[in-house]
Amino acid sequence: MQCGHTGRNLIETNAVYVIVAREFKKFIREKSRLISTLARPLIWLFLVGGGMSKLVSFGSGISYMQFIFPGILGMTILFSSIFSSISIIWDKEFGLMKEILVAPVSRFSIVIGKALSGMVISVLQTIIILMLFPFLGMELSILSILSIIGIASLLAFCISALGIIVATFFESFESFGAIINFIVMPMFFLSGAMYPVDKLPSILKVITRINPLTYGVDAFKHAIFSDSSIHDFSLLTDLTFLVISSIIAVAVASFLFERKG
Amino acid sequence: MSIIKVENLSKDFGSISAVKNVSFEVEEGTIFGFLGPNGAGKTTTINILCTLLSPTSGKAFISGHNCKDEPSSVRKSIGVVFQDTTLDKDLTAYENLLFHAYLYNVKRSDRKARIHDALHFLDLYDRKNDLVKTFSGGMKRRLEVARGLIHKPRVLFLDEPTLGLDPQSRAHLWEFIVKLPEMHNVTIFMTTHYMEEAEVCNKIAIIDNGEIITRGTPTELKKTVGGDVIYIKTSDNMKAGPEIEKLFNITVNDKNGELYLTVPKGDALIPEIIRTIGEKVLSVRLQRPTLNDVFLKITGKQIREENVSSNDTMKNAVRSYRKKFDRN
Repeated sequence: MQCGHTGRNLIETNAVYVIVAREFKKFIREKSRLISTLARPLIWLFLVGGGMSKLVSFGSGISYMQFIFPGILGMTILFSSIFSSISIIWDKEFGLMKEILVAPVSRFSIVIGKALSGMVISVLQTIIILMLFPFLGMELSILSILSIIGIASLLAFCISALGIIVATFFESFESFGAIINFIVMPMFFLSGAMYPVDKLPSILKVITRINPLTYGVDAFKHAIFSDSSIHDFSLLTDLTFLVISSIIAVAVASFLFERKG
Repeated sequence: MSIIKVENLSKDFGSISAVKNVSFEVEEGTIFGFLGPNGAGKTTTINILCTLLSPTSGKAFISGHNCKDEPSSVRKSIGVVFQDTTLDKDLTAYENLLFHAYLYNVKRSDRKARIHDALHFLDLYDRKNDLVKTFSGGMKRRLEVARGLIHKPRVLFLDEPTLGLDPQSRAHLWEFIVKLPEMHNVTIFMTTHYMEEAEVCNKIAIIDNGEIITRGTPTELKKTVGGDVIYIKTSDNMKAGPEIEKLFNITVNDKNGELYLTVPKGDALIPEIIRTIGEKVLSVRLQRPTLNDVFLKITGKQIREENVSSNDTMKNAVRSYRKKFDRN
């Protein structure tokens, strides 16, 4: 038995590493994917945000474009994490998932590997978008930049893990459009990314309360704006919610993976 | 010693029984062929042995480990080449193998050497830094075999390894496969519906509609068909036929102007025939039985693809069922 003692460890570090490394390498190689994923937040920020700035104003001296900046960071994470996770559907259709499933690797490690892949790719893109802050007339300290990156990592891990749960329910890529229309877009709009959530009708408000993106965007607002009237929750609430939902999502995803492959 | 042991294995997909009460054993270091038409239950059996499916009833063991209860131990000791490619086409050949080496926790110091050995062995070393999407079908299949060897498995599963390849690539792949047991100390479990390819196997089990209908070495199985067939063209079939019947005490038939007779050892009989009725003989040919004839004799049908459409329907039914309900 040359193949070591993988069975005894909860997480096989080699397997987790190589799952992340593969995604990372493919991401770096596919320049078109990077450009297209960066295009979406840029369009929203400058074309929607820029246009709306003329109509909407906040008393506190924050322009609409600045107001949606945390939401745009959230959007970058939402889309790239979900895309990264539903690449599992792609792997199922084109076979690589079978190679992973017959390997002596626990389903938990596969889920952790996939969630970390989504996290790494999302955070890289978020950093690129984040670096636009001077063009929006904003000032950020090194500390707030670092805390944004920290929050981004947590949020991206959480959403990637949720994406894996979604991916286990689909067999082919034809369902891609449905995932975007019925899961991703509602998550985006009901997160406080584009407008403050307290203006929503109460039924929709319930959804914002269980949407991890709401807490991620809120945490970004903490890190970006000093004005406290703009937050919905305390930073502690935001982070706690994200940590707990990450743990639940990983547990559920591992369970589903074990059962469904 | 048996490295694979299957006892009364059954697998149902809803109301369809894909595998029915199948039992067999595979000796270590041999090539075992699992033959049958499409949809006969070959892939389902492989998936159970590879821990991707759990059986409805019965047991399967690989080097003593139960495939259902000890999947991790089983997975460590097997390599699998699936019917459909499972390579990452956007990575290079080397990267695909490296991915595998990490996944199977191959020691850091061994990784590179093992990958290089496998690439050399399957004649792909020159292409190691090319993206897999530039590879031909035959090269992809060879790369998958190379990948299956990286972690030194004790059993290598090959599910229809030559499906969809042109004759030249098929022959090329077989050259490597037959060397595997000796050179890589591995037992081969392969499925195919190309009967002629199964000639290289040490042992064969023929499966049809989920049941094993016969088993043995290729030679043993072919013997059951009743021996060689000698075809003779003569200047006067009407006279020569009865003459041979009388001399050798065997039935001679006439088909399309050719006499034919079935005998246990055709090569020994041909000189005798020439000696006795030589002046009338225009041509003689000997046809040895093939595994196809074995299948034909037992089931009354050809194994070839054009005759398995009903099985294909079943295969599709099983596949769509699995997609819907049973991913276990």
